[in-house]
Amino acid sequence: MPTTAELMVSNLSVQFGGLKAVNEVSFSLQPQTLAGLIGPNGAGKTTIFNALTGLCPVSGGEISFGDQRLTNQPPHTIARCGVARTFQNIRLFKNLTVLDNLRIAYHKNRQYSLLCSLFRSPRYWREEEQITARAKEALELVGLATKAEHLAGSLPYGEQRRVEIARALMLSPKLLLLDEPAAGMNPQETLTLLELIRRLRNELKITILLIEHDMKLVMNLCERLFVLDYGHLIATGDPKAIQSNRRVVEAYLGGTGA
Amino acid sequence: MSWHIAALQQLVNGLALGSVYALIALGYTMVYGIIKLINFAHGEIYMLGAYFGFYALTLLNLSLLPAMLLSMAAAALVGVLLERVAYRPLRNSPRISVLITAIGASLLFQSTAQLVFGASFKPFPQAMPFRRIQLGPVFITNRQLLIFGVAVLLMILLHVLVTYTKFGKAMRAVARDKEAALLMGINVDRIISATFALGSALAATAGILVGMYYNRIDPYMGMMPGLKAFVAAVLGGIGMVPGAVLGGLLMGVAENLVVTLGSSTLRDAVAFAVLIVVLLFRPTGLLGKKGIEKV
Amino acid sequence: MVKPRLTGLIKIILLLCIYGVVRLLESRGLLLPYHVQVLSLCCINVILVVSLNLINGFTGQFSIGHAGFLAIGAYLSAFLTVKMHVPFLAAILCGGLLAGLAGLAVGLPALRLRGDYLAIATLGFGEIIRVIILNMEAVGGAKGFSGIPKYTTFGIAYLTAIITVVVIRNFVHSDYGRACLAVREDEIAAESLGVNSTYFKVLAFALGAFFAGTAGALFSHYLQYMAPTPSQIGFVKSIDILIMLVLGGLGSLTGSVIAAVVLTIIPELLRGFAEYRMIIYPILLIVVMLYLPAGLMAGRELSLDSLARLCKGVKSSAHYS
Ligand SMILES: Nc1ncnc2c1ncn2[C@@H]1O[C@H](COP(=O)(O)OP(=O)(O)O)[C@@H](O)[C@H]1O
Ligand SMILES: [Mg+2]
Repeated sequence: MPTTAELMVSNLSVQFGGLKAVNEVSFSLQPQTLAGLIGPNGAGKTTIFNALTGLCPVSGGEISFGDQRLTNQPPHTIARCGVARTFQNIRLFKNLTVLDNLRIAYHKNRQYSLLCSLFRSPRYWREEEQITARAKEALELVGLATKAEHLAGSLPYGEQRRVEIARALMLSPKLLLLDEPAAGMNPQETLTLLELIRRLRNELKITILLIEHDMKLVMNLCERLFVLDYGHLIATGDPKAIQSNRRVVEAYLGGTGA
Repeated sequence: MSWHIAALQQLVNGLALGSVYALIALGYTMVYGIIKLINFAHGEIYMLGAYFGFYALTLLNLSLLPAMLLSMAAAALVGVLLERVAYRPLRNSPRISVLITAIGASLLFQSTAQLVFGASFKPFPQAMPFRRIQLGPVFITNRQLLIFGVAVLLMILLHVLVTYTKFGKAMRAVARDKEAALLMGINVDRIISATFALGSALAATAGILVGMYYNRIDPYMGMMPGLKAFVAAVLGGIGMVPGAVLGGLLMGVAENLVVTLGSSTLRDAVAFAVLIVVLLFRPTGLLGKKGIEKV
Repeated sequence: MVKPRLTGLIKIILLLCIYGVVRLLESRGLLLPYHVQVLSLCCINVILVVSLNLINGFTGQFSIGHAGFLAIGAYLSAFLTVKMHVPFLAAILCGGLLAGLAGLAVGLPALRLRGDYLAIATLGFGEIIRVIILNMEAVGGAKGFSGIPKYTTFGIAYLTAIITVVVIRNFVHSDYGRACLAVREDEIAAESLGVNSTYFKVLAFALGAFFAGTAGALFSHYLQYMAPTPSQIGFVKSIDILIMLVLGGLGSLTGSVIAAVVLTIIPELLRGFAEYRMIIYPILLIVVMLYLPAGLMAGRELSLDSLARLCKGVKSSAHYS
């Protein structure tokens, strides 16, 4: 194992007006870890994802990924550093086809120039073919190869979540952030998803950090957990340790007393 | 006359013109606030208001106040009909198609007016004798005083209506959240109609005041002032009543000051230049609140 | 499914046929010079509408200042051919390039402004350009710019329109165009996928403005006289273009082409009823919007494929009856 962590978050704070949604949170993530970020509703999990991907301003602290500093970089720059994500409230391009949703995400790897595209040079054709092939591969991976030409918005919820994952994969990310990927899925779909996430990590060798409320899934899947409560990181460790951690149990059961 | 006296004089002229812009801008802003539509035909309602006033004064031989009230009522009716026929069926359509409909209505009013009232301008009857009043170093005409007085009076009335009455509360509720207002038992359709009526009546007053001020009215008189009043509404922060007043006054003053500085052809560009500069620093207008998008 | 190579060939042949038919009818005297003029105007409007579609339809921005770019192309090219004796083709390109530069400038507010605020800012930009021209004595100022040579022929307008449509179609169907679509659909998602939304908004404005500028060059050398009025280069013209775009359907290139041609011809047909023309046109507009709120093509495209399917459908239904 390399000693330098891929993702380093130190003293991260995010403030919305008077509300400190994320408070001095520090953690790091080794390459190829499958980790989970858990905590009650409103704990600040999504906000951490937003801060990591440049979608909300960081008011304090540092984020780095490999040797790149991500703090307050614009989202498209962060995406180009190899960080991809999905959204809690699915953000597919609903009026476009599934295939186009995926092809859009190949953007950062596209080589041909504007002139090539305007006049459809041989290079354009060659690369477009590659892009489509890549997109179909990614769809295959999430088991939606037959849905390529459907409008993304017309798919059932569970499939939309998988399209969003496939779309994120088109970025060839090194770090994948999944925000509640199993929300709204039935047990069967959740099971398939679990398998998929495992395969992604094992076959594509990427680091995955996911937010999830389904404790069975989290405990089953993750090697490392971060527990967030009221913007504070209250525990870190493997699932076993977390399960028996008193503060975590309190946060989940007796949060009202605090 | 030294330049600062000239500037002061233009400030007075600017406030008079600006209060007309403000009156028109109020209609834009109220309609926008409530159904998010740039009612492009609003400038034409102002034009129609001027014509209604003209015929009330000449054909019916009414005096100024009843003529004004009659014109306000007629314009309100036109506004309500317009919303009923052209906008309401499109309430769930893409916003741009409603906008195009509004543009269509604007063209229709223009050409109908041209057909019915004639294409050439009409001299507006002078309902009161012209007087110039000296006010320290500057002059103010009684027409300017009338414009200013009527505009301020109407704005105060509107403010009271929107802030303190039940109707005003309902209107603000609809502007904030149509669905919720509906659930609270508010008759949303009626509130929208009333908003159009109110905005149109204000525009009609502005039309008559301008007719008296410039002595002439024509079927195209709504185009530029309509556009500029809209700009004024955006400048102040569209959807906000105080914003429309502030934007209108600012615009009137800025335009007149540029005329003092010597270029009357640049006048029409000033409004827009001011607007762009303001928007670059405050993307939702002077009084507008910044919208935040939750991810 | 018709093969791409084949459809390409069919399209080229069709386009050549249209040109041939116009020329033939013209030589036989069936089309008067006036008719051919109207057809040239159709082509110019196609360029304007399709280029606005790139900005409003495909990138989801809201510009109602397109005539400003037309004005720049029209005046600069006329200045170049009249005062500098520059060849027409070079003048067209210069007009397009300067308009494109202006598009860059107008694209910048698009970074901070959204929706209606952007719309009114672009409208303002257009009017400012018009007032600047109004104050430029070198191009005739308020009197207008007259004595422009009639260089715009049907052939040139037709060819430019085809090039514009093809280039914009190619753009839309490339990674660049997809990035624009992504910005239109959901800017936050687009950004999180590595799309620099700023860049693509400005690019769409610049490219759209470039083509509007070339249309302007064709326009001034078609009318031979430019007046700095709202209806020729100001917001009235911008709104005309916008109307064509929305009626054709935002995001549909074939819709833009059809609407531009139809809406250029209708007012000419109504010339006989000069009195009522100005009333019929807006009523038509309102009625179409009431019944087709998403425009004629509603984001779809008319293609040889869909035509073939339609014909087959008709044939098979004829077979059964
Ligand atoms: N854009 C925003 N503006 C203001 N408050 C926000 C914003 N986004 C999140 N919050 C607040 O921050 C807190 C954390 O939210 P979030 O990160 O979404 O929680 P969760 O852990 O459920 O994902 C909540 O109180 C939420 O209301
Ligand atoms: Mg969340």
